[in-house]
Amino acid sequence: MVEKKSGSHKDRARAASAKKAALGEDIDLSAYVSSTDEQPYQSDPSTLPAKTREQMLGAGVILDDPSQRSGTFIQMDNAPLHSSVRQEGIEVMAVGDALDKYDWLSDYWWQAVAVDTDKYTASVELSQHSGYFIRSLPGHKTDYPVQACLYLSKARLAQNVHNIIIAEEDSELHIITGCTTASDEEAGLHLGVSEFYIKRGARVTFTMIHNWNAETAVRPRTAVIVEEDGLFLSNYVLMKPVRSLQMYPSVTCAGENAAVRFNSILVAAAGSSLDAGSRVILNAREARTEIVSRAITTGGDITARGYIEGNAPDVKGHLECRGLILGGKGTIYAIPELKGTLAGIDLSHEAAVGKIAEEEVEYLMARGLTRDEATATIVRGFLRVDIEGLPPFLAAELQRAVEASERDIM
Amino acid sequence: MGGFALSIEQLGVAVEGRQILRGINLQMKLGETHVLFGPNGSGKTTLLMAIMGFPRYQITEGKIIFKGTDITRLSLDERARLGIGMSFQRPPVVRGVKTRDMVAACLKEQDGEEQRINELAERVNMADFLDRDINYGFSGGEIKRSELMQLLAQKPELTLIDEPESGVDLVNISLIGELLNSLLEKDCPLVDRTCMGLVITHTGHILDYVNARTGYVMCDGVIGCEGDPHEILATIREKGYEECIQCFLRRTPSG
Repeated sequence: MVEKKSGSHKDRARAASAKKAALGEDIDLSAYVSSTDEQPYQSDPSTLPAKTREQMLGAGVILDDPSQRSGTFIQMDNAPLHSSVRQEGIEVMAVGDALDKYDWLSDYWWQAVAVDTDKYTASVELSQHSGYFIRSLPGHKTDYPVQACLYLSKARLAQNVHNIIIAEEDSELHIITGCTTASDEEAGLHLGVSEFYIKRGARVTFTMIHNWNAETAVRPRTAVIVEEDGLFLSNYVLMKPVRSLQMYPSVTCAGENAAVRFNSILVAAAGSSLDAGSRVILNAREARTEIVSRAITTGGDITARGYIEGNAPDVKGHLECRGLILGGKGTIYAIPELKGTLAGIDLSHEAAVGKIAEEEVEYLMARGLTRDEATATIVRGFLRVDIEGLPPFLAAELQRAVEASERDIM
Repeated sequence: MGGFALSIEQLGVAVEGRQILRGINLQMKLGETHVLFGPNGSGKTTLLMAIMGFPRYQITEGKIIFKGTDITRLSLDERARLGIGMSFQRPPVVRGVKTRDMVAACLKEQDGEEQRINELAERVNMADFLDRDINYGFSGGEIKRSELMQLLAQKPELTLIDEPESGVDLVNISLIGELLNSLLEKDCPLVDRTCMGLVITHTGHILDYVNARTGYVMCDGVIGCEGDPHEILATIREKGYEECIQCFLRRTPSG
């Protein structure tokens, strides 16, 4: 448990503890239990049970061969289980340890995300259970990504985490975070606050794979501040069922020439309800963003949002939102939004929702593919997001994660 | 059917309940290329689509025998796997599916696939297009070359080609002619050829490149005339389709 230095955060959280979120189904927090059980620290996570490791691997977290990672953080339910670093210039630890270690960290605490955003952020403040702190030191570049895993093992548990990520000036940081559950059917709640601070000239790629179960409710609250010449590149993959997800991470480009790219792949099976978007505020000259989302429903409901706001000269933003309805049921509601507040900005969007065009299926069938093969090829193509700036091995890993889930869709 | 690898007998085709083709008869031996002439709307494309097996083109009567098999009831992909291929006039863009993926889908062999794809792309001058989404932003000539590259990979025994010269500039047309020849094995003695082609042409330019044996003039959903393709083309050039139709009407008892 982390004790906050500032009383005012607690006060503001208490005042917001019943405040419904602006978007998404209202989750009854009292239906979930809190746990203060400590987990025994694991110095070697490769000794975790095989099933647990396999589930983590499904979310992109590799425990058997740490040579592909520059650091690892694992949290089970409410307690940190492991943290380690394999490369100089990177810090990875439980956020509580970081607060003890660095007095200055309180300057970052609830600075990007408002503590009283809604009852979920309030809940994280009032009963927070760790989270991770990842920092790249000035000028240091990671070769391999840091991996972080947030794992839900107990039934009906509310996991409240607060993560802080800082990329110091001219550093480069790659993070893969995987979230998953032990059980395929137990209910659970994940509330995750993540605050990113990307300093001048720093580059961060953040790849998040969510493998929850059909009973989990998920409310991430993420905000990012990008300074001059900084880059934030986010890849989000959700292809497994989840009961209810609502998130709308928000990035502010505070410095000139800051750049942001969001790629999201969302798949909703029957019973899944997703409300997910990406929001970018371009507040400095020549800041730019590209938001790309692909949504597929095989019976669930998806609201795919996107918002770009241009408040400075020569900013540029493009939003692309495409949805595919497979099978008879399911809804995709695409809501792309643009707001410009001065001349000399360049914002655009394109959105399309539909089923697979019969003409495309027949084109592939005329080359000898069966109807199923043709459909699978088109779906694979739909999900293929070519990501500029992603290191090749990360791109390959992302592709593998997508392909591993394709079987469930078809 | 004595030596015919493709035999179309009394074929009738309807599209969305409307009868388009009636009583079509056409026979082709292995290694031959035949050419379809006819004014717009005469049913040439419908015939190709019906042979390929697109579900929108419903066969109402008659049958199609390909290599001794009655394919009249077979699906599009079954016909493709039996050895029928088609060059699309206006193929759809399939976002996320690369040109490379399409060529790979056409190649049946697995060994050396990557190298084979690259060779084919070099040959059709499309190497820069392999990693682009198929047909996305392709020009008319690029579409033709991409289609022919896929067919060269697929190696169908019967190739159906709809207006190979349309929308293609003069530089491209010789390359396309050359590729068609290769596809239809023009340089190989007739007895050794195993590929057949059925080509729709408006201008007849393609006759300069392919070795066509028989030509047909289609009008109003029937084959009105059959003969030497160069002779037919000369008549059409001189007198237009109007004369073909008049000639046909004179020969048809019901008028």
